[in-house]
Amino acid sequence: MKRHLISAADLSRDDALLILDTAEELSLVADRPIRKLPTLRGRTVVNLFYEDSTRTRISFEAAAKRLSADVINFSAKGSSVAKGESLKDTALTLEAMGADAVVIRHQASGAPYRLAGWVRGSVVNAGDGTHEHPTQALLDAFTMRRRLGRLDGLRVVIVGDVLHSRVARSNVLLLRTLGADVTLVAPPTLLPVAISSWPCEVSYDFAATLPKADVVMMLRVQAERMNAAYFPTVREYSRRYGLDAGRLALLPDHAIVMHPGPMNRGVEIAAEVADSARSTIVEQVANGVSVRMAVLYLLLGGADLAATAVPATVVPATVVPATAVPATAVPARTTAPTSTTTEVSR
Amino acid sequence: MTHAIEPGAADAAGRSLGPAPALAKPTITPAPDSGVARGAAQAAAGDARSTPLPAGKTVLEADEIGRALTRVTHEILERTNGGQDVVLLGIPTRGVPLARRLAARLTQVEGRASAVGSLDITMYRDDLRLRPARALGHTSVPATGIDDKIVVLVDDVLYSGRTVRAALDALSDLGRPRAVQLAVLVDRGHRELPIRADYVGKNLPSSKREVVWVLLTETDGQDAVVLSTEASR
Repeated sequence: MKRHLISAADLSRDDALLILDTAEELSLVADRPIRKLPTLRGRTVVNLFYEDSTRTRISFEAAAKRLSADVINFSAKGSSVAKGESLKDTALTLEAMGADAVVIRHQASGAPYRLAGWVRGSVVNAGDGTHEHPTQALLDAFTMRRRLGRLDGLRVVIVGDVLHSRVARSNVLLLRTLGADVTLVAPPTLLPVAISSWPCEVSYDFAATLPKADVVMMLRVQAERMNAAYFPTVREYSRRYGLDAGRLALLPDHAIVMHPGPMNRGVEIAAEVADSARSTIVEQVANGVSVRMAVLYLLLGGADLAATAVPATVVPATVVPATAVPATAVPARTTAPTSTTTEVSR
Repeated sequence: MTHAIEPGAADAAGRSLGPAPALAKPTITPAPDSGVARGAAQAAAGDARSTPLPAGKTVLEADEIGRALTRVTHEILERTNGGQDVVLLGIPTRGVPLARRLAARLTQVEGRASAVGSLDITMYRDDLRLRPARALGHTSVPATGIDDKIVVLVDDVLYSGRTVRAALDALSDLGRPRAVQLAVLVDRGHRELPIRADYVGKNLPSSKREVVWVLLTETDGQDAVVLSTEASR
């Protein structure tokens, strides 16, 4: 495995399967009387969160603590970032404190990649802008494999706001690596421009994709990232691309419904679908801890690779470039999250 | 190298104190990726691959391994009041099939089912930081648990004792056994920790330069214990 986990494309098939197998083993720790392993004792993991997050931050924190690592939580609010400190200066501060791993979530696509060039420890991407969210893809793959027994040849339909979704991008890349067939379903306005270069199919007809699907993954409409009217009304979106009981009935009996959360009930997913037995939404959260434990263990548990690793200088090995939304590197001086005001179409 | 990773050899690399001994050289340490190979071998469980016999002196033939295990079985029965409350836990990779064989023999002799499982010690090793992260083995504890039981740890080779130390740590996170005992197929000496085995299949005086290969039908397609010098690898 590489020293950082920045893109799902960094993972070879063997790496990905190693993470899933390790996660499978580590998930058993949750059932033990003592839910802790001594493996990362004395190592420090910094959670560097420039964007709001519930699941991912808690999940990484729980994972690191179950492996006995020391965890430092850092959120942009209430830190020197509010005073105008740049990502680089923050990174150097963390470096001086001896972080062995930095888990970063940032509103700018490419921030983890920049960070990897500045710190000696491992960098784990916990979501960067509209680019990638590799541990989410890993936990999704883990959940699919647990529920359906395999990944090879699985037909996965990902529906919703693909344009703004780092989850969709990472999932397409990882699932392709693992041998699954992915179909994206979205309004044309919510697909990236370069979608034809992605290793997946595209459809605009949700209902037609359902009878063959093994997995349906619903994506949230990311209103906070939208700077234009991408669809006329929420109601129309919901009617054409939402998963309701009627569409659920079109799925084969074994098929599962996934959602990376947070959900907007009544928009992309109906409440009765979210709460149905086929929904794996809560399971995904539980699996997230196991998968993140596996990632942290595999990055930090062995010999320190920093001494031998070649500093990352070339372009990240991303197959799918983050288009449509400025996928630029982090501005040298990052001010407090300048959330580009959104013209939400509700 | 995908086979016969003898835990002692791996442990040899774990020593960080004292003068770097010329003997604990990397040559008897399995290749860095061997941990992965171990995991892969386990993933393909049940699919007994055939490992060619390593060059060297065969110190135990298949029937001798069988007899040694039968003797160990009877010793366990004697010392645990007929095998009552015994839980056999094999340490992956080769401790697991050995534990199963002992369990089968216990059942045969006493006529009641015996509890058997496996205990992976990877996360508790003291030499994790010396090599890239390894794949994990499988841990499965019988449904009865280990609280107040007599746990017999089973491994193929006892060498430095570091694997057993790690296993004791792992065990204490799983419960509180009444007693913990250790059964090994081969004791090759050279302990680095105050640990001894309760049941030994064969004492095998060896030099640190030598490598002990344990081959089992379940993992390697045949039963044998081979002592080879590193040069013959």
